[in-house]
Amino acid sequence: MANAELSCGRRFLSVNEILERHQHRPERLVAVLQEVQEVYRYLPEEVLQYVATGMGLSPAKVFGVATFYENFSLEPKGKFVIRCCDGTACHVHSSEAILTAIRERLGLAEGQTTTPDLMFTLETVACLGACALAPVVTINGEVYGEATPDEIVAIIDQLAGGKEHGEN
Amino acid sequence: MAKIRSIEELNQLAATYRKATDKVAKRILVCAGTGCVANGSLLVYDALKKAVEKSGVVVDLDFLLENEVQSNATQLDKSGCRGFCQLGPLVLVEPHDFMYVHVRPEDAEEIIQETIIGGRCVDRLTYTTPGSEKHFDREEDIPFYQKQHRQTLSNCGHMNPEDIREYIARDGYKGLARTLTEFKPEQTVEEVLASGLRGLGGAGFPAGRKWQAVRDAAGQTKYVVCNGDEGDPGAFMDRSIMEGDPHKVLEGMTIAGYAVGATEGYIYVRAEYPLAVERLSKAIQEAEEFGLLGENILGTDFSFQLHINQGAGAFVCGESSALVASIEGKRGMPVPRPPRLAQRGLFGCPTLLNNVETFANVPFIMRKGAKAFSCIGTPTSHGTKAFALTGNVKNTGLIEVPMGTTLREVIFDIGGGIKDDREFKAVQIGGPSGACLTKEHLDVTLDFDSLKRAGAMMGSGGLVVMDERTCMVEVARFFMDFTQRESCGKCIPCREGTSRMLEILERIVAGEGTEDDLNTLEEIAYMVHDMSLCGLGQTAGNPVLSTLKHFRDEYLAHVRDKRCPAGACRAMRHFEIDPETCRGCGRCARNCPVDAISGEIKQPFIIDPDKCIRCGACVEQCAFQAIREVN
Repeated sequence: MANAELSCGRRFLSVNEILERHQHRPERLVAVLQEVQEVYRYLPEEVLQYVATGMGLSPAKVFGVATFYENFSLEPKGKFVIRCCDGTACHVHSSEAILTAIRERLGLAEGQTTTPDLMFTLETVACLGACALAPVVTINGEVYGEATPDEIVAIIDQLAGGKEHGEN
Repeated sequence: MAKIRSIEELNQLAATYRKATDKVAKRILVCAGTGCVANGSLLVYDALKKAVEKSGVVVDLDFLLENEVQSNATQLDKSGCRGFCQLGPLVLVEPHDFMYVHVRPEDAEEIIQETIIGGRCVDRLTYTTPGSEKHFDREEDIPFYQKQHRQTLSNCGHMNPEDIREYIARDGYKGLARTLTEFKPEQTVEEVLASGLRGLGGAGFPAGRKWQAVRDAAGQTKYVVCNGDEGDPGAFMDRSIMEGDPHKVLEGMTIAGYAVGATEGYIYVRAEYPLAVERLSKAIQEAEEFGLLGENILGTDFSFQLHINQGAGAFVCGESSALVASIEGKRGMPVPRPPRLAQRGLFGCPTLLNNVETFANVPFIMRKGAKAFSCIGTPTSHGTKAFALTGNVKNTGLIEVPMGTTLREVIFDIGGGIKDDREFKAVQIGGPSGACLTKEHLDVTLDFDSLKRAGAMMGSGGLVVMDERTCMVEVARFFMDFTQRESCGKCIPCREGTSRMLEILERIVAGEGTEDDLNTLEEIAYMVHDMSLCGLGQTAGNPVLSTLKHFRDEYLAHVRDKRCPAGACRAMRHFEIDPETCRGCGRCARNCPVDAISGEIKQPFIIDPDKCIRCGACVEQCAFQAIREVN
């Protein structure tokens, strides 16, 4: 699916720019992958190969790093990334009910995180550090404190319907 | 901006900024911490700006430095976190020090009319204690703040964190200036040693001894690293400091660089804190412009560069050797020690690693002297400690108390007691590596040594309060689920041990545990503690062991009677329809997702316990409260 996108030279150009900016230095690998992910919203396999060559590292090393950290995704993510906090404070404030409601609304099966239309990705995060507002949900970085299942589902409905909210 | 070349120039500049700020009589500070922003504080800021402009002028520091002002001028600023996040958006009006809570954009007009123009307090926006009608006009009168001693957090909420000049006006970088002019590097180490400052990231190792070891280590190149990978769920002290007072961290690190002989430093911030990264980056840039960071700091031959490294989501990177590996662009996996980081750390060089709060304490020590620092706290734990107070407590937020404050004072005086006046059950301290303390520990003082004696640890400072409805077995399962997911997998005791413990806990919570399971759990917890490579594994069993110790009855109820005394474990819930109250409307049966309820209309319905999935949908649907959960 991503091949058509990748063959487009402009995309690789941005990877080149990122590599240049970090002077191809191996110790910048984590930062490079973060920036690459900003561009693609995930880490396509071909790009990882390209990064490995560009930085003089083995593909195994690059894959090792890409799979170690939770923020890196080797699968395409949705347009809206919903992060549901399940830290201690959120957990004791029933964050699980929110998670279940979102799952149901998006029709995600166990183990599935992104909707087939690539609109939404649901992730849980151990702590967003906004515990006084527990339970907390973020959607594309926007923080929703003292969230309730109904409220979050309503926001998802809105995002799924109105395209004007889509660009950010 | 010309670079500052001496301590005199710095003092002069501070005086200039203070004088400029004093020109204006009224100042409004809108909290722009993560919590308040999420509650809409930026909209409040805009509304206040518009409201001021109707009858007067909004001025900022740039304007004040150049101009004289009229009496209708008001300074409007965004500040860092004030700690009482639950009441946000928070607005502070100086010089009255009125603090307004839950402020909405619609309130802006009234604040300006009443307070700015009239000098009166808007009572309806002040804090009232839950359950009583008592108003508190000023921040310092509110019980939440009264027992606090905000030293590290002194600037948080009182200045704009994105303006270095405000930090300088509040004696910022004076500690650094004094260090560079009056102290030799070895004297700086001695001063920190004399202050008794201990590592506030959790372990409590004397900071001065760590500094000494790095200073003494052989090698030309040395590094200073700040651990801002605050991964403990339920902790956000470091986030608030980095967001609300970033220069304090930079100043502390620069002093450390001078003391240990390093010219380069890294701040490792977890990826979940984008605002902290933004503020720190801005702070580094400003400090460089002012000659307080970079080449020839304050006109001396000492140079120090700082970089920010953003984490990518791995709790284990809070462990020192894993953190270093992550900065080097590798998988964040711990390595056996020794050698310690002080001998061989980042890029193989001697490295000083302290956490955010530890570095943030250094400027105070170097400005006021070791004695001023060590007179606060207990004989063995000096100074203060910031805690994130959360969970089922009335007042949640970020607090700072002198070492030696009791748990009771924190939970009941500062925290205001348990939400909805329920029963206090336990407080979890120290996150996934920590322990649960109970009623009998309420008089334990919060300092490194007392907590250790009570079988807990300071940890980074998360305090999660739990009430009677919290199931302690479920809490243990929750933490094990976290640790198991975050185990890096390098050493087998941690990787396998946490997985097996999680399996057992899941079984118990599902009502399928046995008494034997409890012994196995204990055995594995000790084994993982003794044999794991790093702190993550060594402490992984703590939540299990402490809940087993203090709440064994609760475990036994789960495994013997298949009952959850707190009524929290879903698999053990049991619903019954009271035949007396049931009107036989059939609404519950229609809404049951698994058709577990049957009956005839106008006759009492019944639930088939074998089919029931214990979701509770029927309880919510029943208009007559005829369905009860029985324990």
